[in-house]
Amino acid sequence: MKHTLSVLVENKPGVLARVAELFSRRGFNIESLAVGTTQRPDISRMTIVVDVEEHSLEQVRKQLHKLINVIEIVDLDPESSVAREMIMAKIKADPENRSEVIEIVDIFRGNIVDVSRESITVEVTGNASKLAAFEDLVKPYGIKELVRTGKVALPRGK
Amino acid sequence: MVRVKVTGARALVKSLEDEGVEILFGIPGGVMLPVFDELAASKIRKVLTRHEQGAAHAADGYARVTGRVGVCMSTSGPGATNLVTGIANAYMDSVPMVAITGQVATNLIGTDAFQEADTTGITLPIAKHNYLVKDPADIPDVVQEAFYIARTGRPGPVVIDLPVDVSRGELDYRRREHPELRGYKPTYKGHKKQIKMAARAVLESHSPVIYVGGGAITAGATAELKRLATSNKIYVTHTLMGKGAFPESHRLSLGMLGMHGTRCANYAICDTDLIIAVGARFDDRITGKLSEFAPKATVVHIDIDPAEISKNVRAHIPIVGDAKQILKELEAAITEMGSEVQTPDRREWNALVDDWKKKYPLTYDRNTGLKPQYVVEKIHEVTGGDAIICTEVGQNQMWAAQYYPMEKPRRFVTSGGLGTMGFGFPASIGAQMGRPKDMVFDIAGDGSFMMTMQEMATAVLEGTPVKVAILNNGYLGMVRQWQQLFYNRTYSCSCLEREEESPDFVALAEAFGAKGIRVTDPALVEAAVVEAIESDCPVLIDFRVDPEENVYPMVAPGAPLYDMIGDMLYPVEKIHPEKAEEPFL
Repeated sequence: MKHTLSVLVENKPGVLARVAELFSRRGFNIESLAVGTTQRPDISRMTIVVDVEEHSLEQVRKQLHKLINVIEIVDLDPESSVAREMIMAKIKADPENRSEVIEIVDIFRGNIVDVSRESITVEVTGNASKLAAFEDLVKPYGIKELVRTGKVALPRGK
Repeated sequence: MVRVKVTGARALVKSLEDEGVEILFGIPGGVMLPVFDELAASKIRKVLTRHEQGAAHAADGYARVTGRVGVCMSTSGPGATNLVTGIANAYMDSVPMVAITGQVATNLIGTDAFQEADTTGITLPIAKHNYLVKDPADIPDVVQEAFYIARTGRPGPVVIDLPVDVSRGELDYRRREHPELRGYKPTYKGHKKQIKMAARAVLESHSPVIYVGGGAITAGATAELKRLATSNKIYVTHTLMGKGAFPESHRLSLGMLGMHGTRCANYAICDTDLIIAVGARFDDRITGKLSEFAPKATVVHIDIDPAEISKNVRAHIPIVGDAKQILKELEAAITEMGSEVQTPDRREWNALVDDWKKKYPLTYDRNTGLKPQYVVEKIHEVTGGDAIICTEVGQNQMWAAQYYPMEKPRRFVTSGGLGTMGFGFPASIGAQMGRPKDMVFDIAGDGSFMMTMQEMATAVLEGTPVKVAILNNGYLGMVRQWQQLFYNRTYSCSCLEREEESPDFVALAEAFGAKGIRVTDPALVEAAVVEAIESDCPVLIDFRVDPEENVYPMVAPGAPLYDMIGDMLYPVEKIHPEKAEEPFL
């Protein structure tokens, strides 16, 4: 089962390596990992998606807690949290089908961030199923390059 | 706050002095010269070992017998990688240690400079925490934090990697009152409700067993443990690391549990309805086949590390915190609840366990040749059971655990988790320096001893009168035993000698300036041990023991605990006639 952990860590060198190393050493697989600073420059937030059973999740949490630089771990419940991921895709688009591609990007409320003679580069934000649907629709035109940010998430406001 | 301008090296040494460090083990090298130069003027005792692994194990041995933080030091690159085994060993056994490694100058980091190794990267998975210091101003805080992290919560090793330009740099020395660590807050206080639940479980149990590990010793909980066991008449079994937590001569002691544990301990665990685990982590060498481990038992698990709870065996009543405090509160809760709860009649259980104890004592064939078990028994007898026993790893370790019963904690020094051959001898040097008045024996195998025997030079030069008893069987004994039992007697690469003994350990000891004694006759064992004890120098006794003796009983790897190999060779009456009639409870 997939779980999304929101982990607050001290913003210090090597913390990402510690977290990643812990996962590999304990045999847990990271599905996605996104890191960035928070409103406080000395604290970073990691959003980690792991696919593990309940028992292993408990181990993941406890082992993470043992890291000296980890401040807080929250297991985000999909119902009471918001999660997004961004995809950037360079899609083949010649003058003939460019408008079709732009139409799809519009439907998905994406933005065009670069245009060239043979391709357009777009950004689309959403949850995993929306991004999968987008990818599916533009695939026939030809995806030249693609990058995903990995999931970022926060608990909903109370 | 007083501010004084000092070099990084001076700040490091001063910080070590402020932490109360009295001894450190290590080897200098290019990038550590500023530090060693400062150390020359310090009162801290510097012990130059002959290999960095020896330094780490010596610091480990010192820490285990004193309960203080052990300190070791090395240069960068190969010096640091040589410490790695010792750091991993301390991590697996939760030993408080600070390892300080030199590093190339910060502007050279990442360039594959001479003697550069990524020490923080290498030690990431085998240390409780580690630091790469990039600014001399951080040194006092880093050292303070490192010692705090090493000794608090579940203790462990902390690595400080110190680039040479940082130790040469300058800073205003200031020391904080307390370390500030936002994400590190060990839990000491056990949950009240859980303690009450545990108390009820104890009172309602038909057949309780206390299972005690090294954590109880670390927590200094032995008095509380004894009170809990005796006032409630609960049998106690221990792990290898838990040896000495509960007096083994006590009628409630079942001895060691697990792969080479006693039959009574293993049978009792298979049958018990309540396990009270104290500072133990249900290692695979203890549980045997996990799915058949203690099938009827409710498990109370007391541990300071929440990650240990339900890691291997599900805990029904988890209690996170300091074992000493929790056992105290548990005892109080039991007393308070005692009148409300009707404790079941345990007479049948007691009779059963006592019967196992009587029927299945540890034993071996005493009629042929020089037996390793006999040597350990004699050392126990001559030292009055009061020596600090360090061990190597393998058969020697198990015989030491089986035949040297311990009455007190912090006297059995062994590599439990990592199983590091070569640990015992340098650890014995550290232990002897930590407890100079005590008799220290390293019960060794010839294979293990040869892994760190160069430390004999350290022992001789430092005047550390450790005694090494090599149970020399010419084999990597435990490997040979497994090959005999599970690989059809194909002794592939486990025999250490061809036609004649190799090396001549007596000559070797003498080459180092120590005393060497060889014993081949059982009748001369006692005299040799006495001679060793009476010598005020390091002594090596080469006991040429039966080469094919095995450690029994044994649970084959992956087998359930009740499935034990090793038949009773003699009925108990023949060995201890006086014990045959002695009532236990």
